[in-house]
Amino acid sequence: MPRATRDPAWARWLLTGVALVFLACFLVLPLAIVFIEALSKGIPYFLRAIAEPEALAAIRLTLLTVAIVVPANVTFGIAAAWAIGKFKFRGKSLLTTLIDLPFAVSPVISGLLFVLVFGAQGWVGSWLIAHDIRIIFAVPGIILATTFVTVPFVARELIPLMQAQGTDEEYSAVTLGANGWQTFWRVTFPNIRWGLFYGVILCNARAMGEFGAVSVVSGHIRGATNTIPLHVEILYNEYNITAAFAVASLLALLALATLVFKSVIEWRQGTR
Amino acid sequence: MSIEAHGIRKQFGSYTALDGVDLNVPQGKLVALLGPSGSGKTTLLRIIAGLEFPDPGSGRVLFHGDDVTDVPAGKRKVGFVFQHYALFRHMSVLENVAFGLRVRRRRDRPTAAAIAERAHRLLELVQLDGLAGRFPSQLSGGERQRVALARALAVEPKVLLLDEPFGALDARVRKDLRRWLRRFHDEIQLTTIFVTHDQEEALEIADEVVIMNKAHVEQVGTPQQVYDRPASPFVYQFLGNVNVLRAPALAAGRRRGLPDEVGAEGQIYVRPHDIELTPHDAGGEGLSAIVRHIHAAGPHARVLLEQVQTREQVEVEISRSELAGLSLAVNELVRFRLRQTHSFDEDYAI
Repeated sequence: MPRATRDPAWARWLLTGVALVFLACFLVLPLAIVFIEALSKGIPYFLRAIAEPEALAAIRLTLLTVAIVVPANVTFGIAAAWAIGKFKFRGKSLLTTLIDLPFAVSPVISGLLFVLVFGAQGWVGSWLIAHDIRIIFAVPGIILATTFVTVPFVARELIPLMQAQGTDEEYSAVTLGANGWQTFWRVTFPNIRWGLFYGVILCNARAMGEFGAVSVVSGHIRGATNTIPLHVEILYNEYNITAAFAVASLLALLALATLVFKSVIEWRQGTR
Repeated sequence: MSIEAHGIRKQFGSYTALDGVDLNVPQGKLVALLGPSGSGKTTLLRIIAGLEFPDPGSGRVLFHGDDVTDVPAGKRKVGFVFQHYALFRHMSVLENVAFGLRVRRRRDRPTAAAIAERAHRLLELVQLDGLAGRFPSQLSGGERQRVALARALAVEPKVLLLDEPFGALDARVRKDLRRWLRRFHDEIQLTTIFVTHDQEEALEIADEVVIMNKAHVEQVGTPQQVYDRPASPFVYQFLGNVNVLRAPALAAGRRRGLPDEVGAEGQIYVRPHDIELTPHDAGGEGLSAIVRHIHAAGPHARVLLEQVQTREQVEVEISRSELAGLSLAVNELVRFRLRQTHSFDEDYAI
């Protein structure tokens, strides 16, 4: 680099230093504290805190939620990205904006929306009660709220990718005699699989960690409608700090695993 | 297989891409759809392929006399080569070529070995057999083009459709590849339509040229027919350089080097190479002009004249040796004579 376009050494060190100190204070330190606190009473205590029935119920509920929410949003995300990226139609920009809505709205508001619609005083609440269907303060509500909050992840990841790739390859496949499924699985899917995987990882992380919307619709019934983040909050409010951190460390581990996955994917895409 | 299209209309919103277009391509011919961008030529090609459909009730597409207007692309047996090739980027060259055979229903599908053998044979045909294991991103533009061609041919199409086949290549490769395509067509004798905006390309390799402008077909004919007898001012101007001169000003020069067909009204069209220059002081027939610019790089020299009476600019193309014999100089007088001209009805707007 020519000298004139290079910053002096002290400026480079200062900028790097500021960034590192910031990261250490706000990211690395809290993460370290989670694990230190979790293990502060020893490994046996840590394991007991996780194996406790209510904790296990929270883990099971979170996994169930993820098992439903992620496939649902993958299906919706691919369909929406396919429509937006490969076709022209009326209302396309409206659909694109709507997909971003869950990001724009506070999760607590999202949760309240579901209470307003499905709650006892809500629009369809009396009908649901008459038919003995429980949505709010029950598992279906948690799944609905989580789905709503995580809608944008897969679609957002795929729309720019599909737009950039255009439709020529699909048209080629069609002129060569491929049907719709063959065109999707053999031509479109291989071109989007890494973007899709990336979207799935982010969607999964958010689905497991979602607190605000789920907190509103869950009702905090122990052993029944508590997800991992809600369970952590309850333990913490009961001054059961070590147990709270032990359960929280599971989510932290998930976050770390997500980051590793993400880096691996980016590295793979970079080498292709 | 012959291709016919009758009365095709296609509207995109308020934009008319095709306005009642007819086309007739005889069996085994190489036909160029030639026109400026926005003339509707690519839309027509895509309608023939079944990638777009004509507006409801507007027209029919016939393959070998059979109506295929409502037949989807995959069932029309057409080979389509896209402008940017549209190779499957995650598949090797061989897999690309084999794709059309691999997606067939099981009972129509050759064995894996037969598919591989056929793909190799096609790659040999387009002189790329050594590259079977490469990926599209590792190929040059010309190589990608030929892979796309081999892939289209793998499904044994009855018709080959090429959208701007040389549009994305550099000038040198373009020339080689278009001659190669002509030879290739003579070998395989497949009815072929290609779209181009390059008149030189169309005139050089096509058996027949269909010139399109603003959603209409302007003229159909062999390259020589359309070049020598253009049906409209548009065709005349599109197929090469042209001088447009006002006839009244030239009327004074009648019997002094103007063909009889030029009336006293309207405009006359003359190609730069159909103008003859003679030294001014030699006298004789022709009109006087001042030499404004001499451009002598390349095989021909271009001389820009300004006619003395009307101050109209006239471009003249002569051989380098003629130029040397004339000893022209800028800002000096010269005499010019129109060897061959065209005129069109005045009410025919360009």
